[in-house]
This record gives sequence, structure tokens and C-alpha cells, in this order.
Amino acid sequence: MIDTEALSCQELVELVTDYLEGALSPGDLVRFERHIAACDGCTLYVDQLRATIRATGTITVDDLSPEAERALLETFRDWVSGS
Amino acid sequence: MDARDSELVAALRAGDEETFRKLVREWHAPLLRVAQIFVPSRSLAEDVVQETWVRVLGALDRFEGRSSLKTWVFRILVNTAKTRAQREGRVLPFSALQDPGRVPEAAVDPDRFRPEDDERFPGAWASPPRDLPEERLLAAETRAVIGTAIDALPATQRAVITLRDVEGWSADEVRNALDLTEVNQRVLLHRARSKVRQALEDYLAPETA
Repeated sequence: MIDTEALSCQELVELVTDYLEGALSPGDLVRFERHIAACDGCTLYVDQLRATIRATGTITVDDLSPEAERALLETFRDWVSGS
Repeated sequence: MDARDSELVAALRAGDEETFRKLVREWHAPLLRVAQIFVPSRSLAEDVVQETWVRVLGALDRFEGRSSLKTWVFRILVNTAKTRAQREGRVLPFSALQDPGRVPEAAVDPDRFRPEDDERFPGAWASPPRDLPEERLLAAETRAVIGTAIDALPATQRAVITLRDVEGWSADEVRNALDLTEVNQRVLLHRARSKVRQALEDYLAPETA
């Protein structure tokens, strides 16, 4: 039996990642979508989480420094000549 | 072994420097972020990454492809980082990976919802999300805010969001690399994303007093 007791907004925000990952149980999915359909605040919240993921995908982090790369290539050459 | 991994391993064994350079660059940020779960400083993490590659090359002839090359390299990294952390006398934050849910954390400040004893709408938004201007979302300054928010996360959350959302890894790839359960991977990702969203809201749509 599916539990259809309504979700509060505060409960819903804790389920957004499970929702986006497709990990909600069938009952929770029904409750989630039912809530979203009727709630502007939560609709906006889910949109913002999606926007956050999109924006996070555009940043770059921790490029390899030229010195570190040189050291690694040195390691590789040693390995090649030794093996 | 999958086709791409076979090609990579064959190229490395043949001494192809370009292949090695490409891998080292592509996996640098993920390796560094994962190392930082175990060792306390950036410079130690850089050391761990260097040592990992030495070990990877040393063990490459024994790589049989039972896991993907990526998973295999990250397992070696985690072992290297743990050994280094022990040598540095650091207590390992195992619990942070194995049981992140032990300490509850709210995705949104509880004060933004009506109280539990509210007569009509307990737990409903009292202070709903503020609109984020779409046109500023991808600006350079906004990206810097995201970077800062990620840097401020606990190391495990930082590693998971970096692998998933910055590097675009799948949930399974992250679980395998970090030896996480499905649930724990999601808990860590959820907390990380929630905080980055909050940082964006604070920056792009500050509260007006």
C-alpha cells in the first residue's frame, strides 16, 4: 500500500537529491510530485537545485601545476626506462 | 577489461607519454580532492597523488581489469592516503565516509519553515526560496562563489560533489572509487549541493532586511 500522507516543505527539501537520482520509493515519489504540483516554493527550490548542479558543472578546479606535471612525467620516463 | 581501458593500459605499457599526461591531467582534481579526505593539507595531498602514480605504474602489469582502470587507480590512491595519514599520526575520518547520516544536517535552515506546532501549515515555507537571476548564474563571479562554497565543505562532501557535479562522474563511479554505499553517496551529495545552493541564494539574491 502506498503511503499518501502529505509531505511538508521541510520534509520535501530533504528528498530532492533522492528525487533527482531516481531513488525515491514509489510512495515517496507520488507524495513528492503531488506536493510539487501544488507548491510554488518547492517547485522553485527543486529548480534551484537543478540550476546549482548545472552551474557547478561549469567550474574548474585544481589544475595540475606545471611543476607537478613535470615531476610526474619524470616518474613515467624512469618507469619506462626501468621496465 | 573494457575497450578504452585496454587501450589505455596498452599505451602506458608501451611507454606512451601523451596517454600518461592526459590521464594525469584528467584525474588530477578528483585524486586531489579524494586524498584530502584523509590527509590534512593540500601539500600532503599533492604528495599522495604523486606517490599514487608511482604505485600505479609499479603495479600496472598486475592490473587485470576486474574493476575499471579509474576505480583501480582511486583504490590505490585511498590506500596510499590512508597509509600516509597513519604515518602522520592522523585519526582517520572513517565514520565520515561510512556513516555520514549519524550527525543530522538540514538542507535548509529550519527557521525558514513554519514551526511543527503551526496550526495550519506545519513545516511549510515561512521564507520561501528567493529567485536566482538566471543571467548571472554562469558569470565568472558566480563560479568563484561556487568554488568557495565547495572549498568550505567537509572533505568528504567536497570530494563527492567534485566528482559528481564538477567532473561529471556517475553515482556508481563515485561509489566504487570511494567505497561508499548508495545511500551514503547520496547523503554526502545532498548535503554538498544543498550548501552550494544556499551560497548561491545568499550571493545572487541576498535577504533584504
